[in-house]
Amino acid sequence: MTDDEIKALFLRELHRIAPEVELSEIDPAVDLREQIDLDSMDILNLAIVIHETTGVDIPEADYPRMTSLNGCVAYLHSRTS
Amino acid sequence: MADFLMPSLGADMEAGTVLQWLVKPGDAVKRGDIVAVVDTEKATIEVEIFQTGVIQKIVVPEGEKVPVGTLLAVLAVDGEAVAAAHEAKPKPAEHAPVVLAPAPPTPPAVARVMAKPMLKPAAPHRARISPLAMRVAMELKVDLATVKGTGPEGAITKADVERAAGAPPTPAPAPRVAAPIEGPAPAARPKAAVAPIDHHAAMRKVIAALMARSKREIPHYYLGTHIDMSKAMGWLQAENFKRPVTERLLYSVLLLKAVALAAHEIPEMNGFWIDGAFEPSEAVHVGVVISIRQGGLIAPAIHDVDRKSLSEIMASLRDLVKRVRAGVLRSSEIADATITITSLGDEGVESVFGVIYPPQVALVGFGKIVERPWASGAMVGARPVMMASLSGDHRASDGHRGALFLTAIERLLQEPENL
Repeated sequence: MTDDEIKALFLRELHRIAPEVELSEIDPAVDLREQIDLDSMDILNLAIVIHETTGVDIPEADYPRMTSLNGCVAYLHSRTS
Repeated sequence: MADFLMPSLGADMEAGTVLQWLVKPGDAVKRGDIVAVVDTEKATIEVEIFQTGVIQKIVVPEGEKVPVGTLLAVLAVDGEAVAAAHEAKPKPAEHAPVVLAPAPPTPPAVARVMAKPMLKPAAPHRARISPLAMRVAMELKVDLATVKGTGPEGAITKADVERAAGAPPTPAPAPRVAAPIEGPAPAARPKAAVAPIDHHAAMRKVIAALMARSKREIPHYYLGTHIDMSKAMGWLQAENFKRPVTERLLYSVLLLKAVALAAHEIPEMNGFWIDGAFEPSEAVHVGVVISIRQGGLIAPAIHDVDRKSLSEIMASLRDLVKRVRAGVLRSSEIADATITITSLGDEGVESVFGVIYPPQVALVGFGKIVERPWASGAMVGARPVMMASLSGDHRASDGHRGALFLTAIERLLQEPENL
């Protein structure tokens, strides 16, 4: 998957979780739990969608590494290369 | 012939707006099908029908707000010929009213929730518009057929609707802050853009009415206890390590199951106070307080928690939270909780003493899990500790029974493998 594809996937799921959030206003560097008040259920749903699309199994201990847009892209790179 | 009426979706609902019909005259429907989308002050709700038949006539058009109990549509039940659309309205005597809510949980409805693939939208032909955008379209009177979607997969977003209405896009309201409703409307505002309904204010009004009624009518008593969560969290971590990401559990699921089993042991906590008497409930439908991202909260029920496995409860909870986030709930789960849980763990506070939802008689509160010194066997060690509280209705139970109930929850959480 390219970076752009990962970003598009991430944003699509974010839109499903938080339809009222304007995706263009998301700061890719900031933790989404602080930025738009995501909770543990939201993070789990993100992890599930990423797993189902990419096949990467994300251990629970790694959830904190994928809670920002940039963090998620970097994490998936480290797991697939 | 059967009537399909505007359902009462909870003690706090007086009227609803038909946002969308998902069926048309001539369509065959079966028990449990979602036939309409109804907007209330608190949420957009997918209304299920509880009778099998053929839709004969739609009585209330999309966009109309009507009181609870109003005839929405007429259904020809099995064996009846579907009359032509121009036929005179059938006499009331021929109808059997279709009781929609609060309906007892039905196996088909539960099975459907469980069987639904998690990531598939409930109604495929509505997948390309978010409920929020649909709601805004109603408020601005925008015909969705004319709106071009720019969201993911061509979905129509709130901004698309506002563009189509010619209205200046409003920023999304910040969570838990009232949207400004004062100030003069822009002079250049096009005629089509009427003042939007302030859903935030409407929801506050509904919550205010229900909570004021609770505090006026229910003599609350409060109990609290600290629970050592080391066994539960240790078991959960090991269990999740074995499970693929799609099947992992959140610790809330353990709390839900423990509360449901404890409610069986102490039945005075589970049921309703109606007309001066307590009516215990055999089934345990646990209401879960979920905050709505745009502000406010709602407490839909997960059915038969005592009889579900942890995995099944997790699937129900995921599905429910996802639909609350999207602002779309189903009629069967909005009206019939027998006991409610509020968990403020994600918001970082250690204790919560909640307000009971009438006509229920108990509300269980869970705080954040924190590392605390814990003395056990003459040794002090750091343990994950959680505060559990009970708000009980003193008309239905006494503090002694309430204490046994909280103690049962604590005991059940010490044996997570048996939950």
